[in-house]
Amino acid sequence: MNAAAGNLRTKRPRGLWTGRLFYGFLVLSLLIGFLTLGALLAQVFLEGYKWVDLVLFLEAPSADPRIAGAEPAILATIYIGILLLAFTVPLGVGTAIYLEEYANRDRWYNRMLEVNIQNLAAVPSIVYGILGLAFLVRGLGLGRVLLAGAMILTLLVLPTVIIAAREAIRAVPDSIRQAAYALGATKWQVVWRQVLPGALPGIATGSILALSRGLGETAPLLLVGALTYVSFNPTLLGDFTALPVQIYQWIARPQEEFRTLAASAIIVLLAILLTLNAFAIWLRNRYERRW
Amino acid sequence: MSVTMAGVNVDVTTQARPLPAKEFREVVFDVKDLGVSYSGNQALQDVSLEIYRNFVTAFIGPSGCGKSTFIRCFNHMNDLIPSAKVEGTILYHGEDMYGPEVDAVEVRKRIGMVFQKPNPFPKSIYDNVAFGPRVLGMTDGLDERVERALQQSALWDEAKDRLKSSALSLSGGQQQRLCIARCLAVEPEVILMDEPASALDPIATTRIEDLMHELKKDYTIVVVTHNMQQAARVADMTAFFSVNRGEEGQRTGILVEYDATSKIFTQPSDKRTEDYVTGRFG
Repeated sequence: MNAAAGNLRTKRPRGLWTGRLFYGFLVLSLLIGFLTLGALLAQVFLEGYKWVDLVLFLEAPSADPRIAGAEPAILATIYIGILLLAFTVPLGVGTAIYLEEYANRDRWYNRMLEVNIQNLAAVPSIVYGILGLAFLVRGLGLGRVLLAGAMILTLLVLPTVIIAAREAIRAVPDSIRQAAYALGATKWQVVWRQVLPGALPGIATGSILALSRGLGETAPLLLVGALTYVSFNPTLLGDFTALPVQIYQWIARPQEEFRTLAASAIIVLLAILLTLNAFAIWLRNRYERRW
Repeated sequence: MSVTMAGVNVDVTTQARPLPAKEFREVVFDVKDLGVSYSGNQALQDVSLEIYRNFVTAFIGPSGCGKSTFIRCFNHMNDLIPSAKVEGTILYHGEDMYGPEVDAVEVRKRIGMVFQKPNPFPKSIYDNVAFGPRVLGMTDGLDERVERALQQSALWDEAKDRLKSSALSLSGGQQQRLCIARCLAVEPEVILMDEPASALDPIATTRIEDLMHELKKDYTIVVVTHNMQQAARVADMTAFFSVNRGEEGQRTGILVEYDATSKIFTQPSDKRTEDYVTGRFG
């Protein structure tokens, strides 16, 4: 009894210091993340805010930075975003439903599929770009068009959407499925009337986060041929550029004015991405179910 | 009649109505040599018994004796577990429930189930009850159907003014009665109840038991319970299951004894049943 109490007392100071050190480390990690982001944002804003104006939104790029805008790039980014959602959500949710509700895990091909999807999520985006160049642009003969760009970004974010949708579907408790089955519902009815509605908030959140990741990508678009100088508004099967590509091109220019222009385009891109992310977080907090 | 069971006086007379003689009973389920295995592990073996119409039949026994596995055979719920394999036969009104042409969905229309933990859908009270009729296409007179089901499950008075509010706002006991209403709304012939009151407080439990007495006029009820007093209170027939341990320690559920409830609790013919109902085992 006494020995036990003594043990408690002698150990305390050492544990205390380890705890304090660890706490300090945690605060430091947090600060590094916050300060880096803060510094970046501050720098971009200070440099670019004055050029976020109508010219940026309504004019095409030009050799003269004072009249140059990013309208084609902004529009293309919006088009790509819409296509991206239209492609990834049905494909991703469909795959997730198959894997969670239909696939028999005892079959080797289903297990292989699962491992494959996990791995695909970790493949660098440039590799997707090469795939897009080889398969979509040349193999299918699509050419260097906006559609090819949207398709390759679809492949890029698809694993993320699948994983998010699977998590959401898995979070629907089995007791709900059993209750529906016990009432004579078919598998189709169970999935459509109980599982999917229950998983919808999670699927929506995951899809939007995946969308914002896709919109920020540059490398795969460069490879499938997003041009750095496009002076006309994009079409589905025409040459295109996108905001990140436009930013990349402007930064690479020697003139100081173009860097300011790049900073203002970064503000626009960040505004789009942060809005999407905020919307996703709002969706999650508003509709997420606690079973 | 009152018996002393596990030191508690249990009144077994209230529901021990004189059971009709065997030749006047209508057999709903005729189970023959039923066995269930999961991935080759035998969970239940050689069960044969008959379940009669408008009876409450209770399955009792210690944990792991396969009583829940058994009740899930009656509505093909074991089909949802890919590794589960059912052998032997269950005749439902003479028709083989595990025959090659049998559709599990058709079976579950006629044989409803209430689960251990209340599991209402995260929808309104109305939509919970209406779910079954809707998926089965019985949408004519849906409002009346929902009302009737809620009345039968003794929830109408509490729920009629809040049909549109979430089922999750109900108390646990109310949720379980909602699950019973949901099951009644599709007008099944049989209601399977897998420990329906084990997650509820004593008052809610009493209401569920009263409900079972009420419902057996119109339905055939099969109930799994680990609460012996409950079996004694509600059941006409009781089946006692036990566990056989194999040479390598594998546990297999077996049916030990099946008889009128009053007989099981007062003069069981098997020593193992007697040990269990007197509290010496389990």
